[in-house]
Amino acid sequence: MPDEPVIIFDKVNKWFGDFHVLRDIDLDVSRGEKIVICGPSGSGKSTLIRCINRLEEHQKGKIIVDGIELTDDLKNIDSIRSEVGMVFQSFNLFPHISVLENLVIGQHLVRRMPKADAEEVAMTYLERVKIADQADKFPGQLSGGQQQRVAIARSLCMKPRIMLFDEVTSALDPEMVKEVLDVMIDLAREGMTMLVVTHEMGFAREVADRVMFMDEGQIIEENKPGPFFDAPRSDRAKLFLSQILRQ
Amino acid sequence: MEPALRPFIEPQSPPLQSSGFIGWLRASFFSSWFNTLVTLALLWVIYQVGGFVINWGIINANWVGDSAKSCPNIDGACWAFITERWRLFVYGLYPKELYWRVNVFYLLGALTIIAFVFSFGPITRKLRLTMFIGFPVAAYIFLVGGVFDLKHISPENFGGLLLTLVIATVGIFGSIPLGLILALGRTSDLKVISKVCTYFIEFWRGVPHIAVIVMFVALLPIFIPDGNKIDIVVRAFIAFAAFNSAYMAEVFRGGLQSIPSGQFEASKAIGLSYWKMMGYIILPQAIRNSVPALVNTCISIFKETTIVLLIGFSDFLGIIQLSLEDPKWLGPPHIFSSAYVFAAIIYFTFTYGMSKYSLRLENRSNVAQ
Ligand SMILES: Nc1ncnc2c1ncn2[C@@H]1O[C@H](COP(=O)(O)OP(=O)(O)OP(=O)(O)O)[C@@H](O)[C@H]1O
Ligand SMILES: [Mg+2]
Repeated sequence: MPDEPVIIFDKVNKWFGDFHVLRDIDLDVSRGEKIVICGPSGSGKSTLIRCINRLEEHQKGKIIVDGIELTDDLKNIDSIRSEVGMVFQSFNLFPHISVLENLVIGQHLVRRMPKADAEEVAMTYLERVKIADQADKFPGQLSGGQQQRVAIARSLCMKPRIMLFDEVTSALDPEMVKEVLDVMIDLAREGMTMLVVTHEMGFAREVADRVMFMDEGQIIEENKPGPFFDAPRSDRAKLFLSQILRQ
Repeated sequence: MEPALRPFIEPQSPPLQSSGFIGWLRASFFSSWFNTLVTLALLWVIYQVGGFVINWGIINANWVGDSAKSCPNIDGACWAFITERWRLFVYGLYPKELYWRVNVFYLLGALTIIAFVFSFGPITRKLRLTMFIGFPVAAYIFLVGGVFDLKHISPENFGGLLLTLVIATVGIFGSIPLGLILALGRTSDLKVISKVCTYFIEFWRGVPHIAVIVMFVALLPIFIPDGNKIDIVVRAFIAFAAFNSAYMAEVFRGGLQSIPSGQFEASKAIGLSYWKMMGYIILPQAIRNSVPALVNTCISIFKETTIVLLIGFSDFLGIIQLSLEDPKWLGPPHIFSSAYVFAAIIYFTFTYGMSKYSLRLENRSNVAQ
């Protein structure tokens, strides 16, 4: 079934205490699709994508990832987490082990791959993100851009079918943003299914199939990147875009 | 404003500073008149105290003898009391012909400490873990015996420094794993486990240790039908490990809280199960962050061993006190002071060593960050 969506959100609702953070989210993502999610701070973008690998639990509605419905069943959660890679704004590399070991540990402990094989895989991904020469360093010795590329490689080592990116360039100095976006553009070209929370319009225009604009826990507007950025329809999106353009 | 292009400045070497020993002396001790005054005052105090220590402790001291009569000079220490009795202080009532077993215990203890303090060649995490588990086991085999043709020696015969170190070992090596488990339980998402651990910790921290020890030793037989059969020494050991594990748990909880939530999220995102996440990602970092506080707790555990005096055990301090009551050594008060000075020196040597170690670790982790 090539046309069956890999991610389905069906009327998903979530609350933090009394705070209604996700409201009736409906979303289908097809295999290979690239989705950019943007919106003001606090609109629920992170929460939305964190529901996909169950870092957050939703309370109402259905989320189906790769044919598996997300429930409290630990088996389901584990098998979904091994299909879904995630990269964070703050890199979250493991600081006490080397870059290479950061890439090996998941393959070895989750995929039960022998260490030597895992190291080989790790090196090919480090080469892909152009950082193989730093394999033996510790994460703290790398620049932010390098750390973020290692984090992407760490996710890719697990051979995920879906990649989630949560504002992965917003903690970076301007001159390092490009090296990380380039890696993501490459990945998009290879056909990875990607959900990307970002305000990088250039990136969105280049790779996104669809842009989702969120505000107050709901998806307000959905469009192709060109029309969305050139002529947003909702007032909220207009306001939001005028604000990020002024920066 | 005129547009301007400023010339590029090449790096230059820093201005000369007064260097060498004299320069260091001046900068550290004589940088201002106040600093100079403090330095001179301190020198005077050191001179006075040092003079007294040398006179009392060395020049006027009595080094050998077998009774109070050997220490006629009351202006000097009576080390004869120590030199005559040191075997008793170090080995307690352990049978003389089996002293070698105690020596093996001391040696293994020293090796274990070396493995944790230094890092060279064969010293790896694996070796340390092996030592951590192996040392208490080996200590039990050698000291208590009853296996491998080693004659059984009841812990009632332990005394002196041996008893102090055995209690410290039980306290430290028992409370670290227990404390770790309690800390994991307390931070667990499972409400029941978390509550049970929290109350357990709070109970042990809230009850005076003296009460706990007395309760265990005196009351346990009443609550547990066969409690009498559990050796009184063993009961004291269990109590000692139990309340110290509550403090260790708080040490480890602090370490766990120092780990940013991103580490948990990244571990989950790559699919690590709870135990793998804890074992490979969280605990290695949390334990490393806990070490300074952990060593501090070890220092208090070591000093707290003297609590067993209250239930009539003769630990290092206890056996010295007992010996002082020996009619042979009844006499002028300087025997008393010599004995306690000696005890203080020994306790201080151990605790100072530990605190030096924790300072070094702190510096090391500051550098690493
Ligand atoms: N664990 C939590 N407990 C309570 N409230 C939370 C929690 N996490 C997030 N929130 C709240 O939920 C709202 C949405 O948060 P979310 O992180 O999804 O926003 P976002 O769109 O990603 O914003 P940003 O652009 O700042 O990252 C915010 O108001 C936030 O304060
Ligand atoms: Mg966010």
